[in-house]
Amino acid sequence: MNFDELFGNFPALTITGLEQGAIYALIALGYTLVYGVLRLINFAHSEVFMVGTFTALWTWQALGYDQNSAAPALGPLILAVVAGLVVAMAASAVTAVTVELVAYRPLRRRNAPPLAFLITAIGASFVLAESFGIGTRRAPFGMPDLIPQKTVFTLFGAGVTNVQLLILGVTLIMMIALDQFVNRSRLGRGIRAVAQDADTAALMGVNKNRVILLVFVLGGLMAGVGALLWDLRFGYTKFNVGFLIGLKAFSAAVLGGIGNLRGALLGGLLLGVVENYAAGLFGGDWKDFTGFVLLIVLLMFRPTGLLGESLGRARA
Amino acid sequence: MTATVNNKRTAGFKSRWAAMPKQVRWAAIAALVVLLYILPNKWFYEYLGFPIGSDYFAFYTTRSDFAGVLFDTAVFVLLAVGLNVVVGFAGLLDLGYFGFYALGAYTVALLTSPESRFGTNWPWLAAVPLAVMVAMVSGVILGGPTLRLRGDYLAIVTLGFAEMIRLYASRNEGIAQGQRGIPAIPHPPGTGTDGKPLFGVVDARPYYWLMLTLILIVLLLIRNLANSRVGRAWVAIREDEDAAEIMGVPTFKYKLWAFAIGAAVAGLTGAIFAGKQTFINSDQFVLESSILVLAAVILGGAGNIKGAIVGGAITWYLPEWLRGVGDLIGVNFDAAEYRILVFGVVVIIMMIFRPQGMVPNRRRAAEFADRRKEAVPQETVPNE
Repeated sequence: MNFDELFGNFPALTITGLEQGAIYALIALGYTLVYGVLRLINFAHSEVFMVGTFTALWTWQALGYDQNSAAPALGPLILAVVAGLVVAMAASAVTAVTVELVAYRPLRRRNAPPLAFLITAIGASFVLAESFGIGTRRAPFGMPDLIPQKTVFTLFGAGVTNVQLLILGVTLIMMIALDQFVNRSRLGRGIRAVAQDADTAALMGVNKNRVILLVFVLGGLMAGVGALLWDLRFGYTKFNVGFLIGLKAFSAAVLGGIGNLRGALLGGLLLGVVENYAAGLFGGDWKDFTGFVLLIVLLMFRPTGLLGESLGRARA
Repeated sequence: MTATVNNKRTAGFKSRWAAMPKQVRWAAIAALVVLLYILPNKWFYEYLGFPIGSDYFAFYTTRSDFAGVLFDTAVFVLLAVGLNVVVGFAGLLDLGYFGFYALGAYTVALLTSPESRFGTNWPWLAAVPLAVMVAMVSGVILGGPTLRLRGDYLAIVTLGFAEMIRLYASRNEGIAQGQRGIPAIPHPPGTGTDGKPLFGVVDARPYYWLMLTLILIVLLLIRNLANSRVGRAWVAIREDEDAAEIMGVPTFKYKLWAFAIGAAVAGLTGAIFAGKQTFINSDQFVLESSILVLAAVILGGAGNIKGAIVGGAITWYLPEWLRGVGDLIGVNFDAAEYRILVFGVVVIIMMIFRPQGMVPNRRRAAEFADRRKEAVPQETVPNE
């Protein structure tokens, strides 16, 4: 127990926690959306994120950036980041939709039991991870250093870097956009209707399959954003990069209340912060355990999460 | 179309098998068991007239020691039989099955090895029951909070559990000794007729025989359990948990039982594995193995003990055999490298087209067929 480390670096730990938590939150959204509508833990979602990290890297490589290239000027930088973002989001969304069409939809048509869905989900996750693992020879890949991290200002003695500001800003914008989309738009109303009661929604003329597809697309887009931010911040990717992040993001979703969009944001940020405090208190080795322990404790005492679990009940 | 043909053929075999006199059936099973015991012996192949040492063996694995492969296959079969209780009988998804296996192996290693920090130096045999207990108790601890909730939380919690065990083992230097692992785990006891220890380093055959014997014992126990009140409770829970609860089945208790029994079998397997390997570290307990055991159960036919055996044998043995075949035809192709990918695809395809597995349990196949009939043309969402 290292209390000095925890209290001495409290602001710094909080800021890095928020930054990592933001990425968890973006991925947690994918779990929460699919769970809210299908009552299914989409294990393949961690691989949707992984695909995003790789495609962003490949885009940058195609644009001529590698690990040794100098940081670009503002104009090309914005171009590179936006290109990476668009490609990562598209690739992640396509991956998520492919999994839905190839693996889950045939099962729904056959009215398979929930166990079959879970088994397929884990199968799809490993197929995606392994095909990337074999394709990339299981090697880690470094990213070009597009945005060199530098401290912009200090807050309670802790430096806040430009990348951290970017991550938090982008996450907030994406969250607000998604929240508005689900709560305000016509398509969003369809999602909420199916989440509330699928059969009644179908009777009211909602096309369930289209809604389900939309949910996978939205989850994939968010994971793509998370993947780009991950690339910019942590600077590497590997075929199994999604596993631990996926586990944490799921824990975050349950923490906030699975099926609840705002809960995913809250859960993600909270998990990121708590994880960093635990790392300060017990040492960095224990960081990855925190999310898991938190998940078990939560399931014991408040399985519905902090904000309660309902996509359908989210109000406009 | 093919599925129905297959069903008919197996049904024909089944009825003919059931119609045979009891003595014939017992004799056939006994002959099969004897064959399994003979399998790793060299003289058996000499007697059959196969040229030893050449590559032209029908099912010999040329790249690695055949008895060793048989032992690994037996390990896999026992794991599949244990997981079948959880997934097949009770219908719970346990994705961290290898975590319990690792716990069993580490318990034995820590208690017996002179290199461990505990310094207890127990004999191997004394540590085995404790390893089984540790695995079982951790199963209860893990299942306690999660089994009361929806079944799908169990999947993610067990997934996390297995990864945490591995992470802890690889990072903790004090007890699990990180990547260095724990060496010098003693072998099982016993002296052969020639005065040498029965369980040595070179010859894997005794371990295979030990494993085979354990499989037979576990099979007998689980078969009896499945045919008892407990087994009927599991089937009821799998088919409809709410209905079972209403009919007075204490569902939580029996789910926890299934989970704990599965964990105990994994712990036992891990304990034997540690005794053969004499060295374990965190690299031997990767998460992929959990998924491979699950694939074995699904492929063979969840809910059917025979299916689990067939599935376990295929998922481990086939890639090893294919390596040898690749050598033979001059292709340097390591089938084990693609094992996870291939069986992942197989699991997805099986779930869609033949969810009951290759050797289906009759009742479970009927459950799937029933659900399929209930499927309305306009697709439904799996809302419970």
